[in-house]
Amino acid sequence: MLNKPELLVTPQSLAHIPALLEAGADAFIVGEQQFGLRLAGEFTLQDVKEAVALVHAAGKKIYVAVNAIFHNDRIEALDAYIAEVAKLQVDAFVFGDPAVIMACREQGITIPLHWNPETTATNWFTANYWGERGANRAVLARELSMDEVVEIKENAEVAVEVQVHGMTCMFQSKRPLLGHYFLYQDKVMAIENRKDNRNMFLHDDERSNKYPIYEDVNGTHIFSPNDMCIIDELDELFEAGIDAFKIEGVLQTTTYVTKVTALYRKAIDTFFDEGAEAYDAIRDELQAAVEEIQPDHRPLDTGFIFKETVY
Amino acid sequence: MALALLENEKIREVVNGKRIITKKPELLAPAGSLEKLKVAVHYGADAVFIGGQEFGLRSNAGNFSIDEMREAVAFANPYHAKIYVTTNIFAHNENMDGLKEYLQDIESAGVTGIIVADPLIIETCRTYAPKLEIHLSTQQSLSNWKAVKYWKDEGLHRVVLAREVGGEEMRLMKEKVDIEIEAFIHGAMCIAYSGRCVLSNHMTARDSNRGGCCQSCRWDYDLYELEDGEEKALYEANHEPFAMSPKDLKLVEAIPHMIELGIDSLKIEGRMKSIHYVATVVSVYRKVIDAYCADPENFKIKREWLEELDKCANRDTAEAFFHDAPGHEEQMFGEHGRKTKYEFVGRVLAYDEETQIVTLQQRNYFKPGDEVEFFGPEIENFRITIDEVKDEDGNVLDAARHPLQIVTFKCPYKLYPENMMRKEND
Repeated sequence: MLNKPELLVTPQSLAHIPALLEAGADAFIVGEQQFGLRLAGEFTLQDVKEAVALVHAAGKKIYVAVNAIFHNDRIEALDAYIAEVAKLQVDAFVFGDPAVIMACREQGITIPLHWNPETTATNWFTANYWGERGANRAVLARELSMDEVVEIKENAEVAVEVQVHGMTCMFQSKRPLLGHYFLYQDKVMAIENRKDNRNMFLHDDERSNKYPIYEDVNGTHIFSPNDMCIIDELDELFEAGIDAFKIEGVLQTTTYVTKVTALYRKAIDTFFDEGAEAYDAIRDELQAAVEEIQPDHRPLDTGFIFKETVY
Repeated sequence: MALALLENEKIREVVNGKRIITKKPELLAPAGSLEKLKVAVHYGADAVFIGGQEFGLRSNAGNFSIDEMREAVAFANPYHAKIYVTTNIFAHNENMDGLKEYLQDIESAGVTGIIVADPLIIETCRTYAPKLEIHLSTQQSLSNWKAVKYWKDEGLHRVVLAREVGGEEMRLMKEKVDIEIEAFIHGAMCIAYSGRCVLSNHMTARDSNRGGCCQSCRWDYDLYELEDGEEKALYEANHEPFAMSPKDLKLVEAIPHMIELGIDSLKIEGRMKSIHYVATVVSVYRKVIDAYCADPENFKIKREWLEELDKCANRDTAEAFFHDAPGHEEQMFGEHGRKTKYEFVGRVLAYDEETQIVTLQQRNYFKPGDEVEFFGPEIENFRITIDEVKDEDGNVLDAARHPLQIVTFKCPYKLYPENMMRKEND
């Protein structure tokens, strides 16, 4: 008997949460950029506390991102942050750096851990390795094919989360690359304002691609030119028993994310409540509904699900 | 140099009133082939890292078969030099097949250790090839002492730090955790946190974390802003386009500092680099390390060492994160590297002191009248103008045109086998 996968979303603010609950989200990722990477919104500890209340009242789950690449200067703050968040009864920490495992061990914190190193979660053995060291979920790299995802699930002793929608981070540098470019061009105003600006992108003429780029305390982040969307290709993932589907909402509008959440909710419920044929009957309609709300500058694709990489 | 003494490890002592360094760091060099490995060892590397034919990150680098690894070990042993094999891909499911046998083969070849990023390979090595040391690859972007402690607790022998880690951060890591630390000192660098860049995957469908990186970060891009649905250019016509290409790392002047910090291994990047590059860079760092350890109080960086490094550089260089966060001047805008100032033109096979005739293997075109420079571990650099050149049969040549051709000519100064001859590019 298959279970419905959890529908995991990234709220931009406290105010966004009720709409996402209404749209059918099962779980939420929140946090702040000091500790978490590429979050859709900034949640202070007080915000997290209020978010926990909202989400738990609806019987849903909330996870806090502590998946930054930490340097020594943030280790003490990380310890304190984990201790504070642990008191708020969140349902999991999302981590990539083993310093988080150490911090939890040292403080006797037993909140579940979700292993999410983004690009490097690529095989089932390593997913299980982190499982043995305290993780109960592996968040898979977005650069995997459908077959690879399914094989990981078949062999994983931890829950498996995959991204089904949204943009993908392709690159993180510690260097402030936008600031450096503005300094090189001697543009003082642009340097000062650059961290508030999340509307910038790099144009790759040769590929006619546009890559969103922004800077924050973790450095410079560059994103995929297309938004992944596999709302019409979910059957294999349903049948494989994937545990969680993530809709990545970074750099999208709240309205867009809420609407997309409702569409994936419909896809999941249709498949599990009415059967595979019922899902098959509406898959094109679901895809068309996403296309309708898709911004002009963000083409859709299916990520690496149907694309092989060579090396 | 005002540096706090590290209490937990003996790095230095005073002998007859003179301070000397007792803990000399390992000088670790890259080698993309057996020939380069021999040069690296001969020119003074304490250890060499090489790639095998699987599980490594440079699909295009010359990689070693198991037999070649065995030969490398046999060559390195008399020099007490160690060999490490890079097995630092992040594996996909399909890459698991053959891993166990491969690691056992590496172990049986007698290499000292492997450089690994993926816990799959760490655990497989521990179980099936336990004699191998396990070094955590920079692909894990290890950046804090608590994560260093994690890998220490996991039983690793050594960690290679992220390129983003500075000297002061290294100090704290050494203080907090008793594990060997390896840090990059020279060569090309990723601008991204290693392992966290998949530009290649997206732009060219080549998997960067399995050796397919096509260096998209070295390309030019145009920066725009989307304002009310309109695209607005954020570059001026008279400026170069947006670029992220970092200058190459060069920490030669920071070596004393790194030695005082007790860094265990100083790593030169570049398995794709030429034999000339390996020889030049290794010999300079060998001299710097030896000179500092012998007499730290009177140590000074010699200008000729810096000039020597510049002879094989194909990019400008910078100190990146060692002292401070790198600024915009440590990136290259509108530049995509350059030709090296010198090229490698010959390798010395023999020298006859009586006749002053050198026998040399041609590695690039040269002719009588050319000014050339010789260098090598046994000699101080010197220049001569080439006189008459003959082939092996004594025929006089107008030029040495053929790769690997054996030629002879007169050289008034003593040379040793494996000394190299270079020529300034026009």
